[in-house]
Amino acid sequence: MLTTLFYISFLLFLIGIVVKFYGWFIGSMEGKGRFLKRFYAFLRGVKGVFLGKKGLLFLRALFGDVFLQVRTYREDRYRWVMHLLIYWGFGVLVVTHAFGKVVFDGYFSTAMPHIFLRDLFGLMVLVGAFMAFWRRWVKGIRRFISNKMDVYALLVVALVVLSGFLLKAVKVTSYRAYLQMVEEYAPLGEEELKALEAYWVKEMGLVSPHGEEGIDQALLEQGAEVHATSCAPCHADQKWAFVSYGLSKAFRPFALVLDRIGGAKGLWWVHVGVLLLALPILPFTKFLHLLTVPLSLLLNGVMSPQTSNPENLKTKQMIELDACVHCGTCTSQCAVGIASVTRSNLKVLPSEKIAPLRSLAKGKAVGQGELSRLLEGVLLCTNCLRCTVVCPSGIDLQELWFDAREALFRRGMVDPLLLSPLSFYRGLRAEELEGGYPGPVLLLRQKLKEAFHPGTGPFEVGKELSVSEGRFWPCFACQTCTNVCPVVSQYECPEEALGLLPHQLMRACALGLRELALSAEMLWKCLTCYQCQEQCPQGVEVTEVILGLKAMALRSLKEDGDALRLVSGL
Amino acid sequence: MRYALFLGCNVQARLKEYADSAKTALKGLGVEAVDLKDFGCCGYPLEGVDPRTALVLSARNLALAQGFGLDLLVLCQCCYGTLKRAKVNCEANQGVRDEVNRILEREGLKYEGGVKVLHLLHLLYKEVGPEGIKTRVKRPLTGLKVAPHYGCHALRPSVLMELDDPIDPKAMEEILSALGAEPLPWSKRLDCCGAPLLGVDDDLSLKFMKSKVEGCLEIGADLLCVCCPYCHLQFDKGQLRTFGRTLVKPILLTQLIGLSLGYIPEGLGIPSGQVDALGHRVFNI
Repeated sequence: MLTTLFYISFLLFLIGIVVKFYGWFIGSMEGKGRFLKRFYAFLRGVKGVFLGKKGLLFLRALFGDVFLQVRTYREDRYRWVMHLLIYWGFGVLVVTHAFGKVVFDGYFSTAMPHIFLRDLFGLMVLVGAFMAFWRRWVKGIRRFISNKMDVYALLVVALVVLSGFLLKAVKVTSYRAYLQMVEEYAPLGEEELKALEAYWVKEMGLVSPHGEEGIDQALLEQGAEVHATSCAPCHADQKWAFVSYGLSKAFRPFALVLDRIGGAKGLWWVHVGVLLLALPILPFTKFLHLLTVPLSLLLNGVMSPQTSNPENLKTKQMIELDACVHCGTCTSQCAVGIASVTRSNLKVLPSEKIAPLRSLAKGKAVGQGELSRLLEGVLLCTNCLRCTVVCPSGIDLQELWFDAREALFRRGMVDPLLLSPLSFYRGLRAEELEGGYPGPVLLLRQKLKEAFHPGTGPFEVGKELSVSEGRFWPCFACQTCTNVCPVVSQYECPEEALGLLPHQLMRACALGLRELALSAEMLWKCLTCYQCQEQCPQGVEVTEVILGLKAMALRSLKEDGDALRLVSGL
Repeated sequence: MRYALFLGCNVQARLKEYADSAKTALKGLGVEAVDLKDFGCCGYPLEGVDPRTALVLSARNLALAQGFGLDLLVLCQCCYGTLKRAKVNCEANQGVRDEVNRILEREGLKYEGGVKVLHLLHLLYKEVGPEGIKTRVKRPLTGLKVAPHYGCHALRPSVLMELDDPIDPKAMEEILSALGAEPLPWSKRLDCCGAPLLGVDDDLSLKFMKSKVEGCLEIGADLLCVCCPYCHLQFDKGQLRTFGRTLVKPILLTQLIGLSLGYIPEGLGIPSGQVDALGHRVFNI
């Protein structure tokens, strides 16, 4: 029965894995790809690793990153201990306990050392799971909120291990289990049975319906002898199962009732059932990281954005998207993390961008609002590389944000952040983007042009220019700022190219000509080199006023949601 | 002298040699620079988009430094300008400070004021001083012709930055002379490198870079000395993009200091082969 159920469960799991696998080879930030082409590139890459010099890199990644998890160690010792406890504890249990009969000849879970090791590794997992619970919900992770999947994963682990301990504890006391063992392994006479039962009641934690009456030293000694010959070869002392044996004491008062209602059987079904149910859906839950994290670590160990086949980089990125375990390390280290509060946008946080990006790469529909927040999130990034450096799964997150930006631009989306020095990094990589490079900035500039109309609308003095409130007042248009401006001196007809020159901008402010000031091309060509402000004889903070105007224009554009709506046909 | 070293995002991700050479050079000058790791964005990129967010980001770093009881030593001109403005803003205005602290509270931080913000140039020029540097030089960079590039926000606005005369500064020249190098006078030394516009208006941005590089060639400079990651990246990558090769090599001031203090080039992030065996006369390009 169990074997059949397992095979059904495993088959469903395999189908899920195949579906996932197929998805990795067709999905990408750039749109749907061709499976065969990508798979062929992958095979060639694999061949290259094992036939070339990269074999050593592979081994280093396997032992260092996968088995010892040095990346986690470097960033967070607590999490490293926690994760190794769960990883090695659960891993060893699956191999030696769940598949014990397959792995070992003549395996008895009740014999030494299995009976002891099972509790030991189980305890490791339990401690690890508790540490995970503590980390997420008691201690808390900076800026980070755990999601349903995090709860699910921890719940499954905890349920399997706890039910395992409880199962063994109940079994220790269970008379029914005892009789079953006797029937199977100890064909004894009535007298011997009585002695054995006495021994098990006194020494092995058994709770018998006959109670402890009539047990004397002689009977015990006889029981010990019977035990030694009939049971001991494949059943070690229950005390070796140190956690379960300890627990069993708590069950003694209700042991007989539990036994009558089949407590052990029930717990066994919980213990096994959770696993049988979790396995088929594993490919679609956080547990997929058992497969994807090692893959991500190994792939990043042998690949590099500069030299690897672009097709393989796409496949790697798809696997990486599935390798995020939502651990929150990136978010707690993010250089602009706190901006998620001031912008009221959780998508600023790296860990919160993965889920929508996963949908995007798989070609699933994502709402327009979500996409806008996502674009702001991927743009509001200083490309400091920290998320990539600290990611325990080795995901090249910074590259993911870079690709995501371009993918969203290709959909015709733009965000005001594009006109800030945050675009410096994109500029450094302009040549990689070729024809796709200038488009988004030009589009945003176009939208700005359309948004403001010189000659209309009143200017509300000081209302939004809090930093430079009224600081343009002392300007008497002496033009010093304009004369020292390096940008102005670049043009033969600066008025034509820049709309308003710096001193004219100051006058426009003083005159309350909001639309005129905000429509000036000068705003988007200012270097913020502070020459104007430095030289102003009146102490006008020209650069600060320009910065204020820029922010004002961009905010107004952002608030006018329609202006940034998806442009059709792009 | 003990400071919290504020590397900034560009240095961490794209200019490790600045971090390495700064740490080495500072050690050689007897300055202790602590790398706190937890610093975040200075807020500079957002000043013209969302000043409030920029201020909060900036103040977060000030609060962190305050928590450690250290003053900030900044390597990047742009970070420096923003952090300094944020400091003045927070300290001069109780309302601003309260608003910022209301948000910082979520990360268990609070800025009360009093943290000093120093740019590396400031430290070298005013705290260690050219004389102090000179006494520690082991291998003077004799005969090396260097074009100094200040970087805008180290100097301007001068009321805030307080480094040197904004029209005729001498800080870099005096430091370079102390190293034994020959700082060349040139008209474009105070001009912007164009980096703030890269990615926004590349043609204009690279025009400024190009004009400065041509200025260096005119005066016959061996090297273009910078002390800001934005400037360095702009001159380094910008030249490759514009000319297809490097016409004048940008070098970090901290690398020159490190070399003259006798440190090996590799420890300063200078690939071997760029410095000849005798010293530093020839930089292969």
